[in-house]
Amino acid sequence: MSFIDFLPAISEIYLIICTLVLLLLGVFGLGHQLKRITSISLTALVGTILLIVLSPPQGSVVIFNGLFTVDNFVVMMKAITVVAALVSLLLTMDQVSNENDPTFFIPWEYPVLLLFSTLGMMVMISANDFMSVYIGLELHSLPLYVMAAIQRENLKSTEAGIKYFILGAVASGLLLYGISLTYGFAGSTNFDALEKLFASQQIISIGTLVGLVFILCGLAFKVAAVPFHMWSPDVYEGTPTTVTSFIASAPKIAAIAVILRIFYGPYHYLAAQWQLIVIVIAVFSMFVGAFGALQQKNIKRLLAYSSVSHIGYALVGIAAANHFGLQAVIIYMTLYVVSALGIFAALLTLRKSGKGITNISEFAGLSKTHPFSAVCMAIFMFSMAGIPPLAGFFGKFYVFMSAVQSSLYFLAVIGVLASVIGAYYYLRIIKIMYFDTTEASLDHMREGTTSKVIMTICGITLLTFFIASDWLLSLSAGAAETLLTSIP
Amino acid sequence: MSPLHYSLIVFLPLIGSLIVGVFFNKITNKGAQLITSSCVCLAALLAIIGFVNVALHDNALSVFVLDWITSGELNAPWKLRFDTLSIVMLCVVTIVSSMVHIYSIGYMHHDPSIPRFMAYLSLFTFFMNMLVTSDNLIQLFFGWEGVGLASYLLIGFWNEKKSANKASIKAFVVNRVGDFGFALGIMAVYVIFKSVNFNTIFANAALHSQTELSLLGYQVHGLTLACILLFIGAMGKSAQLGLHTWLPDAMEGPTPVSALIHAATMVTAGVFMLVRLSPLFEFAPSALAIVTIVGACTAFFAATVGMTQFDIKRVIAYSTCSQLGYMFFAIGVSAYTAAMFHLVTHAFFKALLFLCAGSVIHGVDGEQDMRNMGGLYKLMPYTYAFMWIGSLALAGIPLFAGYYSKDMILEAAWASHGFGAHFAYFMGIAAALMTAFYSWRLLFMTFHGTPRMPKKVLSHVHESPSVMLFPLFILAIGALFSGALGYELFVGHGRVDFWQAAIFVLPAHDSVEHAHHVPLWVKKLPLVVAVFGIGLAYLAYMKRKNLPEKITQACPRLYQFFFNKWYFDELYDTVFVKPTKKAGLWFWQKIDVGVIDRFGPNGIAAAAQRISRYTSSLQTGYIYHYAFAMVFGVVVLMTVYLFGIKGL
Repeated sequence: MSFIDFLPAISEIYLIICTLVLLLLGVFGLGHQLKRITSISLTALVGTILLIVLSPPQGSVVIFNGLFTVDNFVVMMKAITVVAALVSLLLTMDQVSNENDPTFFIPWEYPVLLLFSTLGMMVMISANDFMSVYIGLELHSLPLYVMAAIQRENLKSTEAGIKYFILGAVASGLLLYGISLTYGFAGSTNFDALEKLFASQQIISIGTLVGLVFILCGLAFKVAAVPFHMWSPDVYEGTPTTVTSFIASAPKIAAIAVILRIFYGPYHYLAAQWQLIVIVIAVFSMFVGAFGALQQKNIKRLLAYSSVSHIGYALVGIAAANHFGLQAVIIYMTLYVVSALGIFAALLTLRKSGKGITNISEFAGLSKTHPFSAVCMAIFMFSMAGIPPLAGFFGKFYVFMSAVQSSLYFLAVIGVLASVIGAYYYLRIIKIMYFDTTEASLDHMREGTTSKVIMTICGITLLTFFIASDWLLSLSAGAAETLLTSIP
Repeated sequence: MSPLHYSLIVFLPLIGSLIVGVFFNKITNKGAQLITSSCVCLAALLAIIGFVNVALHDNALSVFVLDWITSGELNAPWKLRFDTLSIVMLCVVTIVSSMVHIYSIGYMHHDPSIPRFMAYLSLFTFFMNMLVTSDNLIQLFFGWEGVGLASYLLIGFWNEKKSANKASIKAFVVNRVGDFGFALGIMAVYVIFKSVNFNTIFANAALHSQTELSLLGYQVHGLTLACILLFIGAMGKSAQLGLHTWLPDAMEGPTPVSALIHAATMVTAGVFMLVRLSPLFEFAPSALAIVTIVGACTAFFAATVGMTQFDIKRVIAYSTCSQLGYMFFAIGVSAYTAAMFHLVTHAFFKALLFLCAGSVIHGVDGEQDMRNMGGLYKLMPYTYAFMWIGSLALAGIPLFAGYYSKDMILEAAWASHGFGAHFAYFMGIAAALMTAFYSWRLLFMTFHGTPRMPKKVLSHVHESPSVMLFPLFILAIGALFSGALGYELFVGHGRVDFWQAAIFVLPAHDSVEHAHHVPLWVKKLPLVVAVFGIGLAYLAYMKRKNLPEKITQACPRLYQFFFNKWYFDELYDTVFVKPTKKAGLWFWQKIDVGVIDRFGPNGIAAAAQRISRYTSSLQTGYIYHYAFAMVFGVVVLMTVYLFGIKGL
């Protein structure tokens, strides 16, 4: 094994070195300077992104005895994941200046944990074996549990951390059980080996299929698909908003990437077997997400349900099990992350008597006091609801298109119905912002420039997506190409 | 004149209307009046030049504007057709319209929303121009609906008046009935000819003269069916018996509107349409017979009602209705040229009469009831003189316009061998008698006798300003000379050269030719009855003033029948309006609110809220519930999966 063999994993290696150095720095001396640690972490993430993007692989490269792979798909998903992590860390920067305020208190371990978690996601995305999937998943999950409970003094935060941890352990158990069943019945955990096996075998043993269901359930927990979504409203609500912005963005991309890797990779040959189950999960996710959000008064709980239904739409594209579906899912998740981060950025710029906003009714009169934030929020909401010509419309359009291509007409119809219900609560927020009035208006914040910039960039991206949609389409087509080399 | 100039005739009023309509709150009243009036006047000028070119020098042309509908076999471009027929109509429309525009400057000067009024007037003019220059039936329908819209807007112009709103809705709805027929007629034509373009239709009319359509299992003569349906459309727009009820009510609009839309132009659109489609009607004799009968009955019916009305505008409105009847039975006896001739002369003298009536109303503070007028001839000498000219033209006294055109129609009716032609002649004679009677009844009641208005009004009765008298003057010239000047061209020996291909008459149907050779008594009878009618009115309203009362007391039933307009409104109210309203109420309360809303929007919304509450209540906050949900989910999915595979 020479140095060249390590080269495809250069970004991971770079990131882990940075993280470990940071950890040491934090422990010895720099301990109480969150600001400096955050800045160094940001630099580390920027370096990682550059390493990912600037060393594109030639075709598909497999190293470490088939445990680790790099191809266009991996590069794209990794890039999106790390950028999402970077943006949510940037959102933390504004909080840093509020160090004295206990409600916004964030200890210095936070950036380090975020880096560990990001590293886990990268490993997960690059995985070419169930073993490395599991290692990556645990590496990214464990820091998340700690991050959820990062405000030790805060009851809700700790509650969220505990819930997330215990339920995450159950999900990991399901996943491991599925992997062991697969190993027992198929004889391997390596994707290439499994692919060869499924391609040649006519009859698949029932144990493998049961294992597949368990694996899907374990991963469904990570993306918070119904019925494994129960943790997400509580965790979203309990954790500090900056942490929520991370939980809501990067891990979802990584988990969806793994699902795509598994289901469009080796298990593609079993599409007829798993399609039904993905459809069931998708339908339930869309509807539970839509109906659950209707009654919510807390904006973060609402966003949790909203993300459940968005995952449902993404699963529609996976259920389609065709080339276009894969592309549609990649686009959908990218746009989802942009709008989710935009919303969280907007939330972080708003304060009422020095405290963050939790209740939806507090948005009343926003259009008068903070017209620009209101416009941005309106763009995010319209995009989430799927109103043309905003980006969210195209995301939904491609996904439903792919379902139609696979003759899953009822699924497309159900998706459209669910998005009608969903439109209600997105539009309700706009109605509150623009038409409701209130006595107690929100604070005018001088700080929070980074959040405002991110909010603006996200808003412009969603607004102008239809002009430059070709770019994302061709990128995702390239990514889909490498994953689907074996598929006609 | 280039094609651009020709299209300007059509589009100038639209330009004026758009400018004033869009900037109505930025523009002064003067500016609005100036822009719209000058646009329309310019259009009128171009139309007159165009008339010389197209009609007198035989330079018919069509101007392609743009493609509109191209769908399979159906092809309907925007194309402006300028032949003798359309240029004559354009002249009438733009000249009368420009006079009405100018007149409105004076008449509406107290009104708070002058720009809106002027914009509507110009918009109407545009739609009317579009209608008369259309090159296919769909374009014609566009103009047709457009003038209907403008008419609706203008009847209800004083929208603070409840009666005006009611009248405008009535006009719209009654016209809908006719338009339904018209639309079906267009479809029938398309079924027969596979085209809606005039050139194609006319060229193939003879070819399809025997084509049959199957309708509800019956084989019917295609062209007859199409023509009857198209005629129903014309009946609505031209207020023919049965669909006439909206016209008298339309007098709720400002008087210039009545003059322009409900006398001179829009109501003659039906006549124009039938003349335009003469190549079709010529091959549908049964349809022509129906047109004759309906036209003759309308002429008679409206005249009887006109004799009993007291509202000065309603008298003239019924007179319009009656004169339109003349035009229709002229078409029915294939005297299309005579119908067009009467259309032109009528436009002048009827617009004149309406504007004179407007001048009177303006002078006496908005009073319209003739029983509250009287003795105005000294106070309003010019209006009085113009009213005389208009009335003489309407009654058909020699040298005045109506004499030439109306007599031509009656002679043609006598000369024709079509079904119902002689019936039409005698109905026309009866109507002519009554026309003369009610015209002079109007004159005497309004201008002669003792003033019957309150002292306060009488003290400031005044002649109208010159901006209102000038249009009267121009229209009076038309009412005086258009008949004598147009006779040779429209219906005389020059008519073949004049009309060219615009009007088609089968040689066997050429009643206008035969009309020149009818017995002398046929020719003189209309004049005799007109003079008799005038004498009768003089007797009843100047000499023996108790005579009208005596007559009404002698036959009260008949009088009430006429006075209540033959009870058409009451009949329609019981047969159509009330049941429809009842059904509407039932559908609203039982079906819409009771069923659709209850189970539709409201029901679904309530269900969504309920489901949402259930979904939220599942979220207990207990970890073991969540973990249970996950395990349960795995079990359910596994079950679905394994049983699903079996099912597949």
